[in-house]
Amino acid sequence: MLMMLIAGIAVLAFISASAMFLIWWERKVSAHIQSRFGPMRVGWHGVLQPIADAVKLLLKEDIRPAEADKLVWWLAPFFAVVPPVMAFAAIPFGKSLIPKDLNVGILYIMAISSVCVIGIFMAGWGSNNKYSLLGGMRSAAQIVSYEIPMILSMITVVMHANSLSMQKIVEAQSRHWNILHPNMLLAALVYTIAATAEVNRAPFDIPEAESELVAGFHTEYSGMKFAMFFIGEYTNLFIIAAISTTLFFGGWHGPFLPPVVWFLSKTYLCIFIWMWVRWTFPRARVDQLMAFAWKVLTPIAFVNLAITGWLLLK
Amino acid sequence: MNTSQTKDICTEEFLINMGPQHPSTHGVLSLELKLDGEMIRDCTAHIGYLHRSMEKLAENRTYTQFIPYTDRLDYVASMNNNMGYVMAVEKLLNLEISDRAKYIRVIAAELNRIASHLIAIGTFAQDLGAFATPLFYCFREREKIIDIFDQICGNRLTYNYMRIGGVQFDLPKGIDEKIKKFIKYMRSKVDDYDWLLTYNTIFLARSKHIGLLPKDLAINYSVSGPNLRASGVKWDLRKDEPYLVYEKLEFDIPVGENGDSWDRYKVRLEEIRQSLKIVEQALGALPEGDPTVKIGRIHKPSPSEIYLRTENPRGELGFFIISDGSAYPYRLKIRSPSFSNLAVLPELVKGLKIADIVCILGSLDILMGETDR
Amino acid sequence: MRTNEIFMAIKTDFPEARQEEETGAVIIPKESLLKITQYLKNHRLAFDNLHCITAIDRAERVELAYTLYSISEHHGITLKIYLTAGEENVASLAELWKSANWLEREVYDLFGVIFLNHPDLRRILNPYDWKGHPLRKSYSHPEVSIKPRL
Repeated sequence: MLMMLIAGIAVLAFISASAMFLIWWERKVSAHIQSRFGPMRVGWHGVLQPIADAVKLLLKEDIRPAEADKLVWWLAPFFAVVPPVMAFAAIPFGKSLIPKDLNVGILYIMAISSVCVIGIFMAGWGSNNKYSLLGGMRSAAQIVSYEIPMILSMITVVMHANSLSMQKIVEAQSRHWNILHPNMLLAALVYTIAATAEVNRAPFDIPEAESELVAGFHTEYSGMKFAMFFIGEYTNLFIIAAISTTLFFGGWHGPFLPPVVWFLSKTYLCIFIWMWVRWTFPRARVDQLMAFAWKVLTPIAFVNLAITGWLLLK
Repeated sequence: MNTSQTKDICTEEFLINMGPQHPSTHGVLSLELKLDGEMIRDCTAHIGYLHRSMEKLAENRTYTQFIPYTDRLDYVASMNNNMGYVMAVEKLLNLEISDRAKYIRVIAAELNRIASHLIAIGTFAQDLGAFATPLFYCFREREKIIDIFDQICGNRLTYNYMRIGGVQFDLPKGIDEKIKKFIKYMRSKVDDYDWLLTYNTIFLARSKHIGLLPKDLAINYSVSGPNLRASGVKWDLRKDEPYLVYEKLEFDIPVGENGDSWDRYKVRLEEIRQSLKIVEQALGALPEGDPTVKIGRIHKPSPSEIYLRTENPRGELGFFIISDGSAYPYRLKIRSPSFSNLAVLPELVKGLKIADIVCILGSLDILMGETDR
Repeated sequence: MRTNEIFMAIKTDFPEARQEEETGAVIIPKESLLKITQYLKNHRLAFDNLHCITAIDRAERVELAYTLYSISEHHGITLKIYLTAGEENVASLAELWKSANWLEREVYDLFGVIFLNHPDLRRILNPYDWKGHPLRKSYSHPEVSIKPRL
């Protein structure tokens, strides 16, 4: 019981530290891509900027639109932040460094992180704002469509490892990483694209498409509620990067260094790639996004699944 | 579900007010959109939020006093506005200006055209969701032009540089080296934009065949500038009705094929290349002399009227000036290109998605300062 | 084609047109505006571009000036209509040139000239509930200050 509590506190502390680090890092990465410096004033190269931001957001007035659907509006930020935190329960940081090694780990993570869409849709509906509603609708359509290729690409890994447990999947890669198989490489590509859409990042950030929908589903949120969407977004980003590390890049496996260092460096490298993509590409349009999910990604994922099955049976 | 319930379910159109406070309406434009889901059924533009009644103000200012007001028309291409206005007044007064002043005007106008197109390209990419990166790149290049202007006339945005009968100051020493360095730098940067943005798959998918403006419709709507040329009309006042020294300079008029948003972007990018060519030639052929004004500031033209249009970065800027013999214009009408270019927007967006309206608006490159005057 | 040649072409078909001496603009009576503009657009003169519409308040009359250009033929002309005070109305050209839609709305907003059969004659630059037409010389507003004349 005590161990569980300590693990819980450790995970929560890690999440907030990681989210803050990611916010700072994203600002730095974007700044350097855009040939500027980004935050420079608060601490060394602005490392304390997220703390200053957090203090600012905490002190901000919490504004509620007069016509908002009170309960739904109030609950939405929790739905955005709680599921990604829960998903941490099955993320293997090291050989024994995993909050809980569920035997259906990957299934659990997928199921939990799908709940996020409800939070976004609640925010869109509850705000009683037309831009937010459009953002919420887009988000629901997008996440539901991209979950299919995402899960199909995960199944190829599960078939290789013969297990749904995250630890077993990592152990199956002790000799060489999954990404080295050609069919796994394809699965990794499908996963990366689908995951980008799953966490609403550019070029698939249509639910909050700034240029059309102002800020999409969180237009009306201010102060700490807005910050919760923000933390949820970055925690989600960490989760998808951690999953791709676990599934395709050998998880915590690696020579010389301790496993947790390997795991974190691989994860943050994946996150860096997502940031790089975000600050480089224009945004796709909503119908193009849907067409891409159903007409391109899903068929590829299916064919890849069939080929993997055939290779395993051979 | 029983039948009485199903009868209550119906779809209805969704009215949305886009602007005047909106990140991508390029200022204070308000668009009233009727949406069917994401589809645009109808679009009405409401303008006038930036109306400062420039034309009424002009009637109470002397001809010279009105020059700074023209800076605030198209505030990202102030040089071109200045030039259009002072040329109209010079035509009214039958005033000849020195050759050096003509060349300096061409250099200033073309540099400002590059600066203006850089903003157009940057904001267009921003509207397509390329989050701020192209915008920052464009602003980095524009900053160098602004530095040059700062050195020429002491201002960074509203230059007030042209004078009736010449320009305010001669070019400072060493500026030609700086401009030459900029031309070299800018050439490589335009190639960079081609690499980074122009042929990006998502960029193409978002802007190709979006907002098709056919040739005859563009002319019928009196669309001008890069938007007209993108529709395939080879029409540029610098070539077709040459003023200043444009006939002595060699440059091409880039034209588009389909008249879609991508063509409008591409035409602007090509125009940057052509403008660099013009600046280079003008700098090489810059004659000696004194470009500053040697006549008084109060002008009293005899009663007459003139209409003069010049090729601005956004299209044809026209000044219709009627004088009554006094030091003030009796009536001054500004025909702004953005006003006519914006009028075509409702025609282009019907049946498209809400994301496309942002793309089309960005590609038309309107500016509310001169639309509302 | 030069302005004079264009004027002669108009004159042969529409004898009521005359030329303003100092500016060379072609003055036509307001009744024949639609006929003449249709002719200008569809005739070999091919005026495909209605560039600008504006008005000048001359106290005893309001002059409307239509600036027409032909992109295919590379020529231009200014048509003028004199509207006597109190009868500031004229046919709309929005059917012929779509650019006329907003340009006429602007003239209506600033000068109060009514364009008959205009599809959507509302104010455009001023607020919809604005009183008066600001560019008329008789317009007065407490916030408009007139500078002393030189």
